[in-house]
Amino acid sequence: MQNKIFKAIYVTILAAVSNLAMASSQLPPKQIEWSFDGIFGYFDKTAIQRGFKVYKEVCQTCHSLKYTSYLDLKKIGFSKDEIKAIASESQVDAAPNEEEVVKKRPAEITDMFVPAYPNEQAARSANNGALPPDLSLIVKARPDGANYLYSILTGYSNHPHANVVIDPGMYYNPYFANQQIAMPPPLSQGLVTYDNNESPSIEQMSKDLVHFLHWTAEPEMEARKLMGIKVLLYLIAFTAIFYIAKKRIWKNVK
Amino acid sequence: MSGKMGKIVEWIDYRLPIFSFLKHLGEYRTPKNLSYMWSFGSIAGIALVIQIITGLFLAMHYSPNADKAFQSVEYIMRNVNYGWLIRYIHAVGASMFFVAVYAHIARGMYYGSYKSPREMVWFMGIFIFLLMMATAFMGYVLPWGQMSFWGATVITSLFSAIPVIGETIVQWLWGGFAVGDATLNRFFVLHYLFPFVIVAVVIIHIIALHIHGSNNPTGVEVKTKKDTVPFHPYYTIKDFVGFGAFFLIFAYFVFYQPNYLGHPDNYIEANPMVTPEHIVPEWYFLPFYAMLRAIPDKLGGVMTMLASILILFLLPWLDSSKVKSGRYRPVFKVCFWIFIGNVMLLGYIGGKPPEGIYVILGQFSTFYYFTHFLLILPLLGKYEKTLEIPKSISDDYAK
Repeated sequence: MQNKIFKAIYVTILAAVSNLAMASSQLPPKQIEWSFDGIFGYFDKTAIQRGFKVYKEVCQTCHSLKYTSYLDLKKIGFSKDEIKAIASESQVDAAPNEEEVVKKRPAEITDMFVPAYPNEQAARSANNGALPPDLSLIVKARPDGANYLYSILTGYSNHPHANVVIDPGMYYNPYFANQQIAMPPPLSQGLVTYDNNESPSIEQMSKDLVHFLHWTAEPEMEARKLMGIKVLLYLIAFTAIFYIAKKRIWKNVK
Repeated sequence: MSGKMGKIVEWIDYRLPIFSFLKHLGEYRTPKNLSYMWSFGSIAGIALVIQIITGLFLAMHYSPNADKAFQSVEYIMRNVNYGWLIRYIHAVGASMFFVAVYAHIARGMYYGSYKSPREMVWFMGIFIFLLMMATAFMGYVLPWGQMSFWGATVITSLFSAIPVIGETIVQWLWGGFAVGDATLNRFFVLHYLFPFVIVAVVIIHIIALHIHGSNNPTGVEVKTKKDTVPFHPYYTIKDFVGFGAFFLIFAYFVFYQPNYLGHPDNYIEANPMVTPEHIVPEWYFLPFYAMLRAIPDKLGGVMTMLASILILFLLPWLDSSKVKSGRYRPVFKVCFWIFIGNVMLLGYIGGKPPEGIYVILGQFSTFYYFTHFLLILPLLGKYEKTLEIPKSISDDYAK
């Protein structure tokens, strides 16, 4: 409820600001209802797992996830063997051997997600000078992050607004700053094969990915919101009891 | 107390009056008509204690190194047991501390608590406020996100406005030629030190307060014992009701909007090569930030910002009205709320880019801020027709 109020205020302000600003600044993000919204927000584990699949097969090619370890996948329902298999698909530097040669070894479950590029220079050189940001915290690092991300992923269009001039090597996306983005449209219908009945539309994959990245940004969210309910209930009782006690103690002050 | 025990107590108390002090706490009397607005002092005290305790545990895991700081904060958020809880309490707690202190200051301004004989209480309060601002600013730098880095760069650069020695001072603050590892390290050390200095000044603030006791909503001084009640249990219990309400809001933010009062850019690691589109400080600095930017000249802006706080030291003399409490000052009451509204407007402007309408609005608001102190208050003291004040606190309380 409160979340909705915050959102309503936020959207109003954003809309007002975007009206004032020039046509080239971005549109306010689309507003989606997420399972993780609000006081009773929770992680939709199947959506997160599907989102992980999208990340692994699409995003990982360019975007790192440096604050998440393979072992963390256990918390979204993967078994140890599955995680082992996932980790071993990537190669990391092994410890130097006796001849000081650094060889590669398959990643282990305790390793952090292996980045696509060894360093920023490599990432930029492979991407036309643009740096694909690390995604571990992306949902927290953008205003209205979940909706923003969803809007970017689903916001590509081949028909730019008349006022927008697209620079060479850029793509029109009205939800990104200056309405153009260096990332080519990453998703296309049916790009990822889902195991269950869910159809891999761009919208569905985007939603799933946002679920996954929301989890990497704040893995503590479920525990936090659950604890919050208990704490708030306790504090309501605490305040009420002290209020009654205060009334009793002050009764005789004339 | 009698016999051996009494002798020992007497012996100690003669040399170190801790028992006299405890007796003072037990007997300390307070006007009986204090409203809940008087709870914000204790609330601010609790907020300080919460910051010190959570900060202690954060410092056990945090690494004040430019290459590791951001990562160590994420380590706290993800791998330290309840690290997210400790950090969110600390981050939200800083804001809540300022909420309490702003309410406390506003209450003092409305009821004329800064007037004789409580000027020293007021002065100590301003020192606490200044120390808080320094502490909060340095604390915000520690996560080493984009806003940390660029906020630190902007604010420390202000010192370069000082003629002749400005540049040298800035380099001395940075410990180098840019905000970097040395800056982060010293900010961490000072951020750990300052809260204890605040505790010391808070103690002096309370000692000064206990000399003449609290002001009250009537502004009439205590005349007889009938005007007062013992602090304990009357105000201890009342303050706990205040704590409860305060903690409810606090907890709501910690558990449901932990990042609402922060800036998303601070979840991007500091990068000296990329400047954020708008560099904004935390919300509690925004009114002062707006005044800084209202003046087109750098030195002028810095002086204005500094003056906006230092002018509070003159408040006991600028407000020359014989009547203390705003309750009996019909015109002052209106001016007070306009002043509060103006500060909020300044806060709003401080969060906006300095262009178009916001520039003019900011300049007007800044001008009005000083007009309130330098013109309106002295004139009100002279010409305002005040209402009749009650004969005593008890008189008013009986009504």
